[in-house]
Amino acid sequence: MSEHEYTPKSKVGKWFNDRLPLLTLANHLTDYPTPKNLNYWWTFGGILTFCLITQIVTGLVLAMHYIAHADMAFQSVEHIMRDVNYGWLIRYIHANGASMFFLAVYIHIFRSLFYGSYKSPREVIWIIGIIIYLLMMAAAFLGYVLPWGQMSFWGATVITNLFSAIPLVGEGIVTWLWGGYSVDNPTLTRFFTLHYLIPFLILGLVVLHIWALHVPGNNNPIGIDIKKPSKDTVPFHPYIVIKDGFALLMFMIVFAFFVFYTPNILGHADNYIEANPLVTPAHIVPEWYLLPFYAILRSVPDKLLGVIAMLSAILILAALPWLDTSKIRSAVFRPLYKQFYWILVADVLILGYVGAMPAEGLYLLIARIATAYYFLHFLVVLPVLGFKERTTPVPLSITEPILGGSPNLAALKKKDSFKNQ
Amino acid sequence: MKNFFRISFLIALFFGFQFNSNAAEKAEYLKTDWSFKGPFGKFDRAALQRGYQVYQEVCSSCHSMKYLSYRNLVEEGGPEFSVEQAKAIAASFEVKDGPNADGEMFMRPGRLSDKFVMPYENEKAAQAANGGAYPPDMTVLVKARGGGVDYIYSLLQGYEDPPAGVTLDDGVYYNKYMYGNKIKMSNQLSDGLVEYSDGTNASVEQMAKDVTTFLMWTAEPHLETRHKMGFKAIVYLIILTVLVYFSMKRIWSRIETKV
Repeated sequence: MSEHEYTPKSKVGKWFNDRLPLLTLANHLTDYPTPKNLNYWWTFGGILTFCLITQIVTGLVLAMHYIAHADMAFQSVEHIMRDVNYGWLIRYIHANGASMFFLAVYIHIFRSLFYGSYKSPREVIWIIGIIIYLLMMAAAFLGYVLPWGQMSFWGATVITNLFSAIPLVGEGIVTWLWGGYSVDNPTLTRFFTLHYLIPFLILGLVVLHIWALHVPGNNNPIGIDIKKPSKDTVPFHPYIVIKDGFALLMFMIVFAFFVFYTPNILGHADNYIEANPLVTPAHIVPEWYLLPFYAILRSVPDKLLGVIAMLSAILILAALPWLDTSKIRSAVFRPLYKQFYWILVADVLILGYVGAMPAEGLYLLIARIATAYYFLHFLVVLPVLGFKERTTPVPLSITEPILGGSPNLAALKKKDSFKNQ
Repeated sequence: MKNFFRISFLIALFFGFQFNSNAAEKAEYLKTDWSFKGPFGKFDRAALQRGYQVYQEVCSSCHSMKYLSYRNLVEEGGPEFSVEQAKAIAASFEVKDGPNADGEMFMRPGRLSDKFVMPYENEKAAQAANGGAYPPDMTVLVKARGGGVDYIYSLLQGYEDPPAGVTLDDGVYYNKYMYGNKIKMSNQLSDGLVEYSDGTNASVEQMAKDVTTFLMWTAEPHLETRHKMGFKAIVYLIILTVLVYFSMKRIWSRIETKV
């Protein structure tokens, strides 16, 4: 932000800005030079901010009516659905909002993987992002427990029991987490507290995430460093604001469709049965966005190793900037990486699918192969590819392929034009 | 854009598999036209009133409806009984109230503000009266079962003699739509079981459809408002999206880059 020499025009503005440079910040945010070739995959950052704010606002309203007590939680949710004015709307936005949030975050993460946005000098943005993602999963899990339905209760039992895999202290930790000898009222009240806390931690980290982004500036579809401001950039306002706004509206249409027409399709029917410690559901399944990791957990026969595998599957992402040895950021110029990228996408979707299936027979075998491949991608394919891959020529600037000068002009033009649609 | 379609396709495939896998486990459900399905779906008022009658005369002796109040029967988007009708319905039940000035609990006729009277004092009493099985509360039952309305509708008509080789314990019945095919509720519906005041022929199919419609409403009392609001919201969003799209084109036309 130091490159800005901004002086407010009005006297009052100047007086205030000298004491707290909020106007300088606002000026920085509007002028922020953004690569002009960003495609629609880049609009998900803004969409995610919208998702977070939506979850916080609807969550606040829900918390005014919800009762965090094992005997009353389920009933208070029904009270919200029936008697609170537009309570059904607020709750369905919040419940489907979680799914929309994850849908957007997965697109955001996979965009980063495709265009190499995690690479130097953006490692810190990426790592903060991974922490946000971890917190999101925690918040989503805790939130799913609050309605105190069957899946809430048994999901909480399964997930908290994972800690018992820790040698020696595991059992003690589980009792400590529960606040008793089983998932019960103390578990619910602390889960509610934490579920209320985490979104604000995420909000803080999002500020850091954006701050860290504004130091090197955005990556872009061709993954080159650009001069800022220059012919290659546009000011954030109005160009990116209107484009993000347009994409957000498209996203909201999909969101609205779920909320108004299929509000329960992403949830599990069992969660409309009040929690009962004496009856175990036939299948205990997490929400769809956690399924790939659930599949990894179950594909390892040993409990402790399973938990380690599941955690590593997420944490390995934090090491990605160093595991990927290629100097070229964008997959556009990495023909081999591009293939492996799509294999990884398919692999994660397969993991998600088998995560929803019973862990037996063919499903288990597929889960094991897919888990092995997941780690293989990050631990072997990416490091080796950086040395072996023959990349295609990278243009010197964003405007170059348009203005001409490169022998690969035709090919680049083609790529660039469909990226920009 | 090509990538966008590719990813959308993969995501669609993923969800497709998931829903398929949920449905594949059970027998094909009986199908009927539900008036409340689809973006413009509304409840059939007469069916809701008939459904209430079936619930009241058949189901309610075992199944509670604990999140519903008598006042809900009057509300817009529901069976829309008149206030007098609903008051009469409520008054036909004895509600335990109190304690009074002497510290005694007493019985009084129900009011609109009362919750539906429970058939049993508590869950244990319900189990004791039903051979150990707890008849589930019906308020959100439709949402609590994987197949939803189709499942309930089919289950009510799914009683059969057990196939050869299947032996049933006392008080257990065979139902081809039940998970595991064994159910502790006996067949409840038979032709002409209730006498509809609107003259509709009370066939098993008709009663199953009416009571399931009623249960859909008890689970989603604001369904009609939701559908109406959804239509408005989506139309609004689409118009706004189109306007923003053209503004965006206009703004981006200042520079030589496509959006």
